[in-house]
Amino acid sequence: MKRRTLLATAAMGLIALSGTAEAQMGKVKACFVYVGPIGDGGWTFQHHEGLKQVEAEFGDKVETAYQESVPEGADAERVLTQMALSGCNIIFTTSFGYMDATNAVAAKFPDVKFEHATGFKRDHPNVSTYNARFYEGRAVQGTIAGRMTKSNKIGYIASFPIPEVIMGINSYYIHAKKVNPNVELSVVWAYTWFDPAKEADAAKALIDQGVDVIASHTDSTAVLAEAAKTGGKVIGFGQASDMAEYKPSPRVSSIIDNWGPYYIKRVGALLDGSYQQADAWEGIAGGEVLIGEITDAVPAEVKAEAEALRDAIAAGTYHPFTGPLKKQDGSDWLAEGQTAPDGDLLGMNFFVEGITGEIPK
Amino acid sequence: MELFGITPSVLLASLMVAAVPILLAAIGELVVEKAGVLNLGVEGMMIMGAISGFITAVHTGSPALGFLGGALGAMALSLVFALLTQVFLANQVATGLALTLFGLGLSSLMGQGYNGIKPPRTPDLPFGPLEQIPFFGRVLFSHDWVVYASVAIVAAVWAVLKYSRAGLILRAVGESHDAAHALGYKVVRIRVLAILFGAAMAGMGGAYISLVRVPQWTDGITAGAGWIALAIVVFASWKPWRVLIGAWLFGGITVLQLNLQAAGSRIPVEYLSMSPYLVTILVLVIMSSGRGRASLNAPASLGQNFHASR
Repeated sequence: MKRRTLLATAAMGLIALSGTAEAQMGKVKACFVYVGPIGDGGWTFQHHEGLKQVEAEFGDKVETAYQESVPEGADAERVLTQMALSGCNIIFTTSFGYMDATNAVAAKFPDVKFEHATGFKRDHPNVSTYNARFYEGRAVQGTIAGRMTKSNKIGYIASFPIPEVIMGINSYYIHAKKVNPNVELSVVWAYTWFDPAKEADAAKALIDQGVDVIASHTDSTAVLAEAAKTGGKVIGFGQASDMAEYKPSPRVSSIIDNWGPYYIKRVGALLDGSYQQADAWEGIAGGEVLIGEITDAVPAEVKAEAEALRDAIAAGTYHPFTGPLKKQDGSDWLAEGQTAPDGDLLGMNFFVEGITGEIPK
Repeated sequence: MELFGITPSVLLASLMVAAVPILLAAIGELVVEKAGVLNLGVEGMMIMGAISGFITAVHTGSPALGFLGGALGAMALSLVFALLTQVFLANQVATGLALTLFGLGLSSLMGQGYNGIKPPRTPDLPFGPLEQIPFFGRVLFSHDWVVYASVAIVAAVWAVLKYSRAGLILRAVGESHDAAHALGYKVVRIRVLAILFGAAMAGMGGAYISLVRVPQWTDGITAGAGWIALAIVVFASWKPWRVLIGAWLFGGITVLQLNLQAAGSRIPVEYLSMSPYLVTILVLVIMSSGRGRASLNAPASLGQNFHASR
């Protein structure tokens, strides 16, 4: 009897392998790897909100698990292996630095689906990547920054010199410059995703240098807390999460990462058998990037201008990277009216003309 | 006067603030190690101080009580360490590491529901006309009370260790616990008191991060400051004033590299980011070479457990 069961299982396995479409699953275990703590109030917090939405959507049909503060690098590989062994069917790795670990572990577990956020490597058929077009939100922030700055000095607290971050800096600068030709941008590289003390120090350094609008690409609310100390002289933006507790100032708007719909779509696809390898990159139009409420600390006409830009991007009538644009060294990038192809954006390793700093190599 | 587009007085003022948490934690750990105990749980005690201080300040509305709460929270945690290492004679290195992991987890649990709340503000001390003095006004008279208290504590620790009988006994316990015991000193009791003092300092350092430097609570807010404090004690070769120099050097380079970037300096960021660690290694090498070898003066009984029966 036992042997027969075994044979039957093996036969079913062969059928499953020979079929092109994935089999339906009765229950899915979805696992998440976070780079910071859920309580960061930003990036990881939003991914965890996505997890909760998955639970709410599928109820008993889904089981979830997650691990917080997993360092990028060798540790990530260990955590991923453990998750794959513990029966996870789909694993979401939610930071750029997990790219190689994700692909390495995916090779060992062909039956487990891996979804890597913000990366571009899909070395194996079971690795998908997903990202959001945050640069669209940066365009809106840049417009507000250019209009709001009194010192004509705006700042950007960057994490690591990766295309994702460089894209954001360029978009922010281009749109600030467009509305305020005198604007100067200072970029500080913090070399961390999450270190509230260092983020606060970086904000303080920028404020000491006369910067009065700060955008940040790190995960905590420390930058806004530092700006709040100036009593309204310095403004900033919520990053990844709405950070509404700093409304109406210093937080005058925000970029909200809305991962829930994507997570629900992918887990749902796994359940009904329609799952396929994907390379998703949605923006404001797809609802993955939300622009948080622009507060009354911003004059009505600036608010209207920013919202018009947001709507134009959502409608597809405007692309934040539209020529003529030159690279920092003066060479041509985009001709008049040309928009940036996705390939250029995903591999972006240069500043646009006008930014004075250098990208660390 | 400007260097690379940075005003030195602004830089000095912000490095004094940036150094406070590691300075407090390091001076506490110095006393602990002078008593012959190696407590690697500084990071755990700091973050316990950060959350305890934050909770206290939010509920009482008083930042000063917040610092007290932070100190008490960290002391409570350190009692676990004292019990395990001084009574049950557990390995100090392993227990200290466990204390850090425990502190990180426990603080995260306690911090549930405290995300996104703003603590009461700690104001700068009013110095009136003194604040208007060019340069010195900005550097010396523009801080909150904790900055001055931390320097005063360094001075007090130095004076007590060097000139007082209590300091002598503490050092005797750290150098040779058997000899101190033979003289009739209560080795375990003295060490427990030293551990509690170290914890109070680490807790205040942690509370400074969550109440002043980054006025909010997020998980893992200390982000490794405790480990830097441990390094600074070695860097300072167990001398209080050198702890102050070490903390300011470390805080200073961290602030300087961010300021240089903000000012648009062309120095590559990688070098700036690693410079605090490079300088630490450099100083350690210089100190341990040649004549300086004697000045490393680690307490002779550091990390060894004591039991009266031996």
